[in-house]
Amino acid sequence: MLLHLSYRAAPGNPWFSWQYVRDNSDTILAALREHTWLTARAVLIAALVALPLAVAAYWFRSLSASILALTGVLYTIPSLALFAFLAPYLGIGAVTVLTVVVLYALLVIVRNALAGLNQVPPEVREAAEGMGYGRWGRLFRIELPLALPGILTGLRLATVSTVALVTVGVVVGRGGLGQLIFAGFQNNFYKAQIMTGTVLCVLLALVLDLVLAGVGRLLTPWLRGRVR
Amino acid sequence: MNPVQQAVVWLNDPLNWTNSGGVLDRLGEHLSMSALAVLLGCLVAWPIGLWLGHTGRGGGLVLLVSNVTLAIPTLALLTILPLTFLGFGRSSVVVALAVFAVPPLLANAYTGVRQADPEARDAARGMGLSGGQVLRRVELPLAVPYLAAGFRTATVQVVATAALASFVNGGGLGQIIRAGFGLDIAAGGGQIVAGGVLVAGLALLVEGMLAVVERLVTPRPLRRVRRRANRRATAATAGG
Repeated sequence: MLLHLSYRAAPGNPWFSWQYVRDNSDTILAALREHTWLTARAVLIAALVALPLAVAAYWFRSLSASILALTGVLYTIPSLALFAFLAPYLGIGAVTVLTVVVLYALLVIVRNALAGLNQVPPEVREAAEGMGYGRWGRLFRIELPLALPGILTGLRLATVSTVALVTVGVVVGRGGLGQLIFAGFQNNFYKAQIMTGTVLCVLLALVLDLVLAGVGRLLTPWLRGRVR
Repeated sequence: MNPVQQAVVWLNDPLNWTNSGGVLDRLGEHLSMSALAVLLGCLVAWPIGLWLGHTGRGGGLVLLVSNVTLAIPTLALLTILPLTFLGFGRSSVVVALAVFAVPPLLANAYTGVRQADPEARDAARGMGLSGGQVLRRVELPLAVPYLAAGFRTATVQVVATAALASFVNGGGLGQIIRAGFGLDIAAGGGQIVAGGVLVAGLALLVEGMLAVVERLVTPRPLRRVRRRANRRATAATAGG
């Protein structure tokens, strides 16, 4: 990619422009806020639905195969098609975007949480049973804590891909930073606007990923210092 | 009439299929642009992945590539690339799609070679095969299930992502959905749903066909490995 670093190299339409960022800080911040808010809500809702599903799949083997098959098929369906299916019913707006990104995030979290739960060593499970833990006690005190790394991997993957996916929401006019990128493309290919939206998008994904990684480190102190 | 009924009506109108810019045109665009993108991705990712796997270096690089591409919105690449030297038109869309095909291809090529039985590799070396011969005659055949799994994941992803090319008027079946949204939702609802059915159907069809191909090219003794390769591929490239 050709990047003009000096203003003179690309008069009128540079890739980066502080002038643009300063003049449009309100619009940019509003887009960033909408994007972050959509992502946060989506991952939270997805996690709240996905964890019980993963536990159900873990407890009942027969459910496990069908849940994995269903998520596999859903994952193959392109995001634009999902928007197309939902928009006529949910209307043009944030609800549609939220539903679509929640569905995709759900799949990622269920798969990773289930993998994490399945990695709990059988000896540990049997030992817990021998100590008199019931099904629920074992789940909350033994299995879920041991599955935390898998769950956190799922949350991180889901967050990063959700940040990227929200931009597709421009199709219903609620794409957060995608709105900025798309508007830049339509307004005479305004490079500075496109680039600002893109950079903020990638940065947002990076920051949220780092935050979740930090939370993960705090939640799993026993993994610290262990050679990976 | 609800949107589903409208969609059935829309799909049953032969003019919607044969008109210029109709379903058949769009399907052709969609398939040709996806095929080119996957081809480009293979040409770039497979040699690099096989070589990195052969030398055993660059595992971090493979991981980095897949993580970074996960964070880049498709929309951003689709809008940025036409403004570079690639120019407007088919080439910039193909390159943008190829970028998203690279991570699964690269990761699977790398893992495939790394997973080759070290004893087989040692035996080949003991028989006097050079590094290049080991890669060609031992590691490459053993990596075929992984290459096939990566090809399937990448192709399905490209076919799915190609729908987004419609944002920059790049053609493809997504164009039908976009045109539907361009109308009012009450008037275009049928067309939107019909476009969604076409896009989703194509993705599922490609996925199913490549699953069969993958099974055919995998030698019977290696078929158990295939399942693992699949799972790893989805774990490495969980992106929309």
